[in-house]
Amino acid sequence: MTEKPDLRAAVAAGVVGSEESFRALLAAIVEVARSIFGAKASSILLLDEETEELVFEAVVGEGEDTLLGTRFPAGKGIAGWVLATRTPLVIEDVQQDPRFAKEVAEDTGYVPSGLMAAPLLHEELALGVLSVLDRPEQSLFSLKEMELLGLFANQASIAVDLLLKARRANRVLDGDGELQVVARLAAAIDALEDEKRASGMKLLNDLAGAFGA
Amino acid sequence: MSDVTAHGWDASEAALPAWSLPKDAVDRIALPGDWPEHVTRDWALGGSTGKGARVCILDSGVEAGHPLIGDLESAVAISIGENDEVFAEEDTEGDVSGHGTACAGIVRALAPECSISSVRVLGSTFTGSGAVLLAGLRYAVEQGFDVINMSLSTTKKPFAGILHELADSAYFKRTVLVASAHNMPVESYPWRFSSVISVGSHEEDDPLAFFYNPNPPVEFFGRGVNVEVPWLGARSLKVSGNSFATPHLSAICALILAKHPELTPFQLKSVLYLTATNVGGGK
Repeated sequence: MTEKPDLRAAVAAGVVGSEESFRALLAAIVEVARSIFGAKASSILLLDEETEELVFEAVVGEGEDTLLGTRFPAGKGIAGWVLATRTPLVIEDVQQDPRFAKEVAEDTGYVPSGLMAAPLLHEELALGVLSVLDRPEQSLFSLKEMELLGLFANQASIAVDLLLKARRANRVLDGDGELQVVARLAAAIDALEDEKRASGMKLLNDLAGAFGA
Repeated sequence: MSDVTAHGWDASEAALPAWSLPKDAVDRIALPGDWPEHVTRDWALGGSTGKGARVCILDSGVEAGHPLIGDLESAVAISIGENDEVFAEEDTEGDVSGHGTACAGIVRALAPECSISSVRVLGSTFTGSGAVLLAGLRYAVEQGFDVINMSLSTTKKPFAGILHELADSAYFKRTVLVASAHNMPVESYPWRFSSVISVGSHEEDDPLAFFYNPNPPVEFFGRGVNVEVPWLGARSLKVSGNSFATPHLSAICALILAKHPELTPFQLKSVLYLTATNVGGGK
């Protein structure tokens, strides 16, 4: 994705929610997913396009202390297949798959025996994968669960899209930061009380008029 | 490459232009095969083992020599070079995720004597996977397979037009493209095209049970829940998803085409309709 600093992003950076708040939203989604399915763990993996890796962005349950931020290659394994084919799938007894995130499993000592995974799709893009690990053994999988998983994935992909937008907007402020002033101005006006805000907006309008905008 | 497929029918011998039918040519297009008054499941595939039908698994590769799959007719991996040139080379890596092996196993279980080939379109790189998918499908269509199992789709709109052309080209070359329907609220291809056989999941245990859907775009439902499949390392797993319902329909198509090699994709779809569990009742 090419990213050149632009003023709209700078304005957004001043008023958009923080990375932390979107991360909290992702964490809430995986928490609900785990709870609804009665699963041991749930996670959201995001694609890092530059390194072609999947990164754990939200983890709840087994592995939540160690997995966050962990990366593995996006081209292979079950999550890789789900991402590349944009297709959800459910697998029971994953321990038998020698390639299932083995390094991750060994690091944490946690090897799931069942996995539900759905792609996080936004418009034409596959942003990542939502996984639910180890549902109760006695509950046989049905199409109803698959539908529910799809609904969660849809919700998660909207949250992920917001998170990525916030990151893009905030990145505008990095580097030489020449547009930081725009973000600061937007944030300052956004924080003003009614009367002052109206005056601030008038001032901005006059300024825009002076620039012929 | 030859136009002759396991159907034993050669498109290059068709002397007639496709857009008209002179009076004296009517006899020349008389089609072989006697159709029964009632097309039954037994007429369609009874006694068929799939022998003679060639099935292609367009996926993550297939583990060669898996005890539940056996030997493959061929296995190639598709990649794209720096100057956009397409390479179809012998696949020495095998299955990169396990999914292709699972699909091949489902086909093998239902059609024990059909030929299975693997065209791997996943695993080389992640970015550009859509272009590899297109190149792999083009390659598979050129090989004249009878059935191409495509348990995957793309959401990239720029690819939709080319995929549409490829799906039509397969249809006219008598290659049946069996594609997984998406069960999430997104636009994806090629399953939405009417020239392919699109497949969603049902929950029944019978691997030969399949249902016609009177409300397209999904046209058929195959077994897609709690299916035992072969996986990597000569093992097996229990899996669910439309991507596993699709090879059930691919196998059923292989059984029918092995017994009735003269069928065109249009006729095959009609036979599937007439023998669907909710239409002919599997009788």
